[in-house]
Amino acid sequence: MTLTRRAMLAGLALSATAGMANTTYPIHPVAVADGMWMIHGDEAPIHFSNGGAIANIAIIDTPVGTVLVDSGPSLRYGRALKALAEGLTGKPVIRVYVTHLHPDHGMGIAAFDPAIIAALPQTITDLARDGRGFSDALYRLLGDWMRGTDLVLPGRKITEASEDFGGRRLRLMALAGHSAGDLALLDEQTGLLIGGDLLFHDRAPATPTADLPRWRTSLDSLAKLPHQAALPGHGPFDPSGQDAIAQTRDWIDWLEEALTAAVRSGLDMVEAGSVPIPVRFAGMAAARYELQRSVSHFYPGLEAKWLPRVDLPEG
Amino acid sequence: MVRCKFLQLLVAMLPLAMAPYALAQPPYPDDPLQSPMWTAHARLIFGDDPVRFDPRIQLLYPQVAENQRSFPVALDARGVGPVTRMVIFADLNPIPIAIDYSPDLAEPYIATRIKLDQRTPVRGAVQLASGQWLVAGGWVDAAGGGCSAPPVGRITGDWAAHLGEVRGEAWPTGTQGSSRLRITFRHPMDTGLVANIPTYAIEEMSVRSESGTMLGQMALFASVSEDPAITLMPRAAPGVTLSIVAHDTNGRTYAAKVPVARQSASVLPAQP
Repeated sequence: MTLTRRAMLAGLALSATAGMANTTYPIHPVAVADGMWMIHGDEAPIHFSNGGAIANIAIIDTPVGTVLVDSGPSLRYGRALKALAEGLTGKPVIRVYVTHLHPDHGMGIAAFDPAIIAALPQTITDLARDGRGFSDALYRLLGDWMRGTDLVLPGRKITEASEDFGGRRLRLMALAGHSAGDLALLDEQTGLLIGGDLLFHDRAPATPTADLPRWRTSLDSLAKLPHQAALPGHGPFDPSGQDAIAQTRDWIDWLEEALTAAVRSGLDMVEAGSVPIPVRFAGMAAARYELQRSVSHFYPGLEAKWLPRVDLPEG
Repeated sequence: MVRCKFLQLLVAMLPLAMAPYALAQPPYPDDPLQSPMWTAHARLIFGDDPVRFDPRIQLLYPQVAENQRSFPVALDARGVGPVTRMVIFADLNPIPIAIDYSPDLAEPYIATRIKLDQRTPVRGAVQLASGQWLVAGGWVDAAGGGCSAPPVGRITGDWAAHLGEVRGEAWPTGTQGSSRLRITFRHPMDTGLVANIPTYAIEEMSVRSESGTMLGQMALFASVSEDPAITLMPRAAPGVTLSIVAHDTNGRTYAAKVPVARQSASVLPAQP
């Protein structure tokens, strides 16, 4: 029997209904240091099947309350995260940091009081400009998962270099490169680095707002920062603290080299998205997907840089 | 948006208007993509010529439409023999056809970037000298508005300062007497579907050899992305200078000369 489009639509409607009946996020915190947990996001792209829960999140138990770093993609996620974190620590959430503007990290702040949400001034500016568009994009991809999620802007601008929570001090580092404003945090008590999306680990880096030279500078400063382990924005926990930094740098260096070579040897964008990915990246999730996205982000600029002007005067 | 929908409605009504005429048309094969617009587009593009879906035609594109204003597509018909026309179109775009290319003396290959106004089938169709059309394609999911949002150059306001800039290179390929030409134009490619911005697009382009022999020519439509980038494979030996001429809907002419040579370092993408 051939499947008609109508039958397929009916099938889709059924599975969507089934999805709606059971749209709770499975959130599994894993202890990674004393008083710290990581929630490991799905390593796949944002998709209805994962509800957009692809970013890693940190929960920190401080003497005066619970601190969260990032909050997931939706109101529903943010609410579930709040309940779970407060259950873990037995203390209310008193601070939510937003590491950067991307919606898989920040739309969940809709579940919290804006007065306790902190982000870099650059991130707040970027969210005010792009947040609406990100919200539209997530609603299109995630449908009912996003129900009730409104764009909320963080109420606190981070201007200080650290914040103390009853003796547990978090160092706040204003960096950039994955986006125009990337927050990284260091928990001074355990030496755990929370890298936001400056760090990808066994998951290919995403580049829609990337500035590769600034990203390298930020990775250099994170590599020099004394720390014990690293919690990346995507991918598994890095107990060495250096693997995710090195891997992210290796990928963005290769990416720029490969795309430059593609432009200079005459490949079009489709072909550039099909070049072989080096075997050392074989364990990286979503590598081909992110390469093809990056072609879209960088190719026109590289063409303008490398292809010579050939126009003759008009007339 | 309203105009966009109105146009879609008009196009959607075409089959109704043409129903009596359609009875005299040859039947087209069942569309594997089950597109609502298949028959209407088939009538417009293929007319009375025979049509079949053929796996030897490759329409290549990335797994994700990262930018609905600029979706890369390559149509590769090398391996089916001489080809007279190559058409790239998207069924549900308000301007369905992007490029209609005649590879007169060129390998049957063309790559470009197109706008996507919504989730749509994207197709490549290739006509053989016998008149037979071979078709390939797939559904592409995309956020809306590729055709009905203003181009970036209109937002930044600098499009006119760069109008007429043409960049390009041509490389000899391994195949004897064949080359690979890449050419990019700065042009807003306005669709006419954005309020207060009339249609303004490059509408034709040709590639000739030094002696004036036509190697390839095409009609372009405003569903080609802003700042069009095109890849072709003209039959031209190393040392030949290709002459490219394009015209836009305001009558402006764009002329460029590109020698077939390895102008930049011969670097191939990193191997694993």
